[in-house]
Amino acid sequence: MYGWIWRHLPGNVWVKALLSVVLTVAVVYVLFQYVFPWAEPLLPFNDVTVNDQ
Amino acid sequence: MAVTTDGTEEQTDTSETAPKRRRMGRIAMAVSVFGELLITAGVVLGLFVVYSLWWTNVLADREAGEEADKVRDNWEAADSSPGALDTKDGIGFLHVPAMENGEVLVKKGTSADVLDGGVAGYYTSPVKATLPTSDKDGNFTLAAHRDGHGAKFHNIDKLEKGDPIVFETRDSWYVYKVYETLSETSKYNVKVLSSIPRESGKKKAGKYITLTTCTPVYTSRHRYIVWGELERVERVNAERTLPKELR
Repeated sequence: MYGWIWRHLPGNVWVKALLSVVLTVAVVYVLFQYVFPWAEPLLPFNDVTVNDQ
Repeated sequence: MAVTTDGTEEQTDTSETAPKRRRMGRIAMAVSVFGELLITAGVVLGLFVVYSLWWTNVLADREAGEEADKVRDNWEAADSSPGALDTKDGIGFLHVPAMENGEVLVKKGTSADVLDGGVAGYYTSPVKATLPTSDKDGNFTLAAHRDGHGAKFHNIDKLEKGDPIVFETRDSWYVYKVYETLSETSKYNVKVLSSIPRESGKKKAGKYITLTTCTPVYTSRHRYIVWGELERVERVNAERTLPKELR
């Protein structure tokens, strides 16, 4: 999978490395900005109130 | 890596063994993709821990800091007009020296929207909190996060009997003293919020404060409760001199 991505990135090793870093940062950004905030309320780690439901 | 080897081998192999080699290559490839997916899943879960325990704190502290400034600005601006209570931005600040986390903005409601902003929220349901500013007997019930989103009640277990809890409004310091803690209770135990919290041993009406959060740390399995009773109310003076508990 990652080998496939690596081979399909254009340019020489340095360009590929740079693009890999950019892609990684983009993925982390999407996770922190959209995926985790969406997933967090669905997981039972952070309920702090007492309630009758 | 496996695929590259496979590709070069394919060219050098004789035509007889080629199909078999190719099948093995496919299996190897499937295994390697599966392995990479597992590694990816592990990294994503690790990032989620970083997100919950660090990044949400960064965001919440930033947001709460801005709102706290806004509330203090409003207090200064509205110095002459009598006690208009702005419940939207926040009604005041909670100071708990034993928790060593400075001041905690208190806002209305205990929904995730409110609490995720790095504040403590007072209950509006299932039992409505009695605000100290109302001067009525009752229970000032609050909730805040134990971890992540500011983790404002992270050190709730450091509170012991006799420790002060001070609630600051524009005009007054409400000084409470902790008289009972409950280190573990069911999350359905709404009785802890009663205006006379009998579970804490009180039988008469009075001015109480109740802090609730989750326990053990990093989970939401149970609830941790701390009860306090109002000891005295100090008027805020021109210099906003701190009550002696906070000095």
